[in-house]
Amino acid sequence: MRRFRHTEEKLFRVLMFLSTNIIVISLGIIIFSILYKGLPSLTWEMVSQTPKGGFYFGKEGGILNAIIGSLYLAVASTVLALLIGLPVALMMNVHLIKYTKLVNGIRFLLDLLWGVPSIVYGAFGFTVMIYFGLKTSLLAGIITVTLFIIPIMVRAMDEVLKTIPRGLMETAMSLGSTSSEISYRVYLKQVIPGLVTAVLLSFGRAIGDAASVLFTTGYTDHIPTALGQPTATLPLAIFFQLSSPIPEVQNRAYASALVLTIIILATSILSRYFSKKYQKNRIKQ
Amino acid sequence: MLTLQKRKSKPKYKNFQSRDVVRFFKVKRHLRSKLHTTWMVIGLIVVILLPFILGVGLYIKSLLLLEDQSLFNLLFSSDWRPLAGKFGFLTFIISSVWVTIIALLIAGPICLLTAIHLTQYAKNWVLKVVHPVIDILAGIPSVIFGVWGILIIVPFISDYIAPFLGKQSSGYSILAGSIVLAVMIIPFILNILIEVFRTLPDELKESSLSLGATKWQTIKFVLVKKAFPGIISAFGLGVSRAFGETIAVLMVVGNVTTIPKGLFQPGYPLPALIANNYGEMLSIPLYDSALMLAALVLFVVVMLFNLGSRIAISRLEEKG
Amino acid sequence: MEENAKIRVNDLNLSIGKQKILKNINLEIPERKITIILGPSGCGKTTFLKTLNRLTDLYPEMHVTGSITIDNDDILHTHKDITLLRQKMGLLSQRPYPLPMNIYNNVAYGLRISGRKKRRFLDKRVEHYLKQANLWDEVKDRLKDPASALSIGQQQRLCLARGLAVDPDIILADEPTSALDPISSEAIEKKFVELKQQYTIVMVTHVLRQARRIADYVVFMYLGEVIEQGTAEEIFQNPQQEITKQYLKGAFN
Repeated sequence: MRRFRHTEEKLFRVLMFLSTNIIVISLGIIIFSILYKGLPSLTWEMVSQTPKGGFYFGKEGGILNAIIGSLYLAVASTVLALLIGLPVALMMNVHLIKYTKLVNGIRFLLDLLWGVPSIVYGAFGFTVMIYFGLKTSLLAGIITVTLFIIPIMVRAMDEVLKTIPRGLMETAMSLGSTSSEISYRVYLKQVIPGLVTAVLLSFGRAIGDAASVLFTTGYTDHIPTALGQPTATLPLAIFFQLSSPIPEVQNRAYASALVLTIIILATSILSRYFSKKYQKNRIKQ
Repeated sequence: MLTLQKRKSKPKYKNFQSRDVVRFFKVKRHLRSKLHTTWMVIGLIVVILLPFILGVGLYIKSLLLLEDQSLFNLLFSSDWRPLAGKFGFLTFIISSVWVTIIALLIAGPICLLTAIHLTQYAKNWVLKVVHPVIDILAGIPSVIFGVWGILIIVPFISDYIAPFLGKQSSGYSILAGSIVLAVMIIPFILNILIEVFRTLPDELKESSLSLGATKWQTIKFVLVKKAFPGIISAFGLGVSRAFGETIAVLMVVGNVTTIPKGLFQPGYPLPALIANNYGEMLSIPLYDSALMLAALVLFVVVMLFNLGSRIAISRLEEKG
Repeated sequence: MEENAKIRVNDLNLSIGKQKILKNINLEIPERKITIILGPSGCGKTTFLKTLNRLTDLYPEMHVTGSITIDNDDILHTHKDITLLRQKMGLLSQRPYPLPMNIYNNVAYGLRISGRKKRRFLDKRVEHYLKQANLWDEVKDRLKDPASALSIGQQQRLCLARGLAVDPDIILADEPTSALDPISSEAIEKKFVELKQQYTIVMVTHVLRQARRIADYVVFMYLGEVIEQGTAEEIFQNPQQEITKQYLKGAFN
């Protein structure tokens, strides 16, 4: 019996070790395979030109339209989401601090929203777009993606704001601050690193999601110059090129995937860097 | 010394901020405060109404089809011929269920074991490596997972796994979709599980150890048992995430409109159905309505799983 | 004494659910004296202090009745702006909570939010209040450093400077020296003795010796009730209640 106990523990420790490794190795394989297939096709031409004639048959051109389009879309919707999300997150943690139940209710709702698949936002965005007589456009995409990332951003910020000690609020109050002053002059400064992380997280979601923009932004070979124009995005560029039967075009899909992966990894590294750098004014507990 | 001077000089500053100045700033300050608050309330209302608007919007759009045919028929018929006005969702629902369940069967044990490993056994440096890995994995866009699936998983299934089991497969199959999905939901489930195990009080572990149990027995009989509702909720959330995942699955699952009979056959989950057909169907109002209904079904299923799991988790947290 | 009471507390009760935290508090706190609220931990001292500042607003589960009158204004039922009311009182908490900004801005914060933005004015005031808190010489060359880089003792003095900068009449201090080393503690105590010439100081402590050193007026609390109050001399030399006597003998520690 005693020996069995130990064998069992040993067995499970091996399994646990394996599981952990599977996860790490999976990530390794994903990044390696994208690099391996993408790197040979990744040329300067790819990232600096828009598609030329015959691009979709393997001729000249690049995916600059999709890169710029994705950046426009992601930056605009992140800014919009920040404009709505930051005040909500602050309100939940400063103005409504007395109403614990209400705030928990809002959190619950946000968690639910976070779980809604992006394709549902996409379908909804499309409906709204048709309802208002809009065509597939950058604007429609921005609105859809904004709705999609607001819950993510608010909850991420809320998690950070939650950790602020009550004492800081009491201190700020005892100096005669109004709730808005506590929000924007004290709390904001205290959690800047966490907020940057939350914003970058949402940015990553915005730039990487395909299902929400599938019906709303359309696709074009040009770089958009107005909100009303259709816009290409990286995820869709990858998706469309990969479904082509022509090997050159498929290879470009891998290169595009590499570009997107690099943007995502850069965002992630940036957020780590920021959260270390801006810690100086923070009051530690 | 200074303090005494201060007393005398105090009136000077009182003069400096004459009554009008004070009143002006007071008004300005409170106006600003009010503006901030108004903006916050607007944002809050948007956020609170969002889920309801989503649900109602989709419902209104699917009404057209629902008035035409009964919901029961739509959900439990596998006759999908949009041009003939037949919209049976069963094929897609079964595919979705298959993919989701198998993804969970793969991801669940891996996550549970890893979570226990990370919270109970792992050394600090392991955590330092694994945490960024989880974060990055969680941040990778689904289209990248799809590319990876096509590059690695699909050929692996068609060239190795299927022949090994004596079957034939193109690789684009339920299994491929499930494996890709599993890797996608791992970081999601794992993060929640780690959180769940961290909230367990240390005393629980200590008291069990002090009764002479080994570490493994403690984990098996005390920690896992205590964390059980949390584990189930984490899996529930994983299910809801998997059920709605679109692009990655769409890319590797095959998309053939027949009810899948085995792991190595292609499937056609609900999100893929919506993604593949949207835009083309605008000319046929009923088709449009059918896809909206599909989105609504997704929305409702995901919401229900979410709701159940979140309630269970918040109960657990309240209990401490 | 009674004629120049700064704060009058009448029938103050505070409860959380069914649990009574403060029971029938009646107090008069004299102007420009150091009033020490003494008692074993958990007797409601801190809560009482927060009530004076209406920080209890933060905790909806707390139910407060009675009245607290400061300068003939019942602050529990006032229509006046609470933020202005709070500016009348500087608060020092158990551990220093500097605001997440640099040293200079910590002190300037209170001035800025009340609308004073002129750089020269702020410079002068910041220097003045830092000197008041005996911190100027230590930080004058690094005013732009984050406040969190200061030692705990310095942080507490910074909080004092910041509190004084909003030009309060009253200083509320909640065991301000409990997280400090003996030397910093002594500095704060000395400062208080100096400051009482202009400010009404209410300080909570459970350190008897500290109370003996600086108190003018003492309130002894036990289990949410005021057991005894009087001048320091009365309480320390000739306590009336049995509990007070025992506490002063050190029976609770």
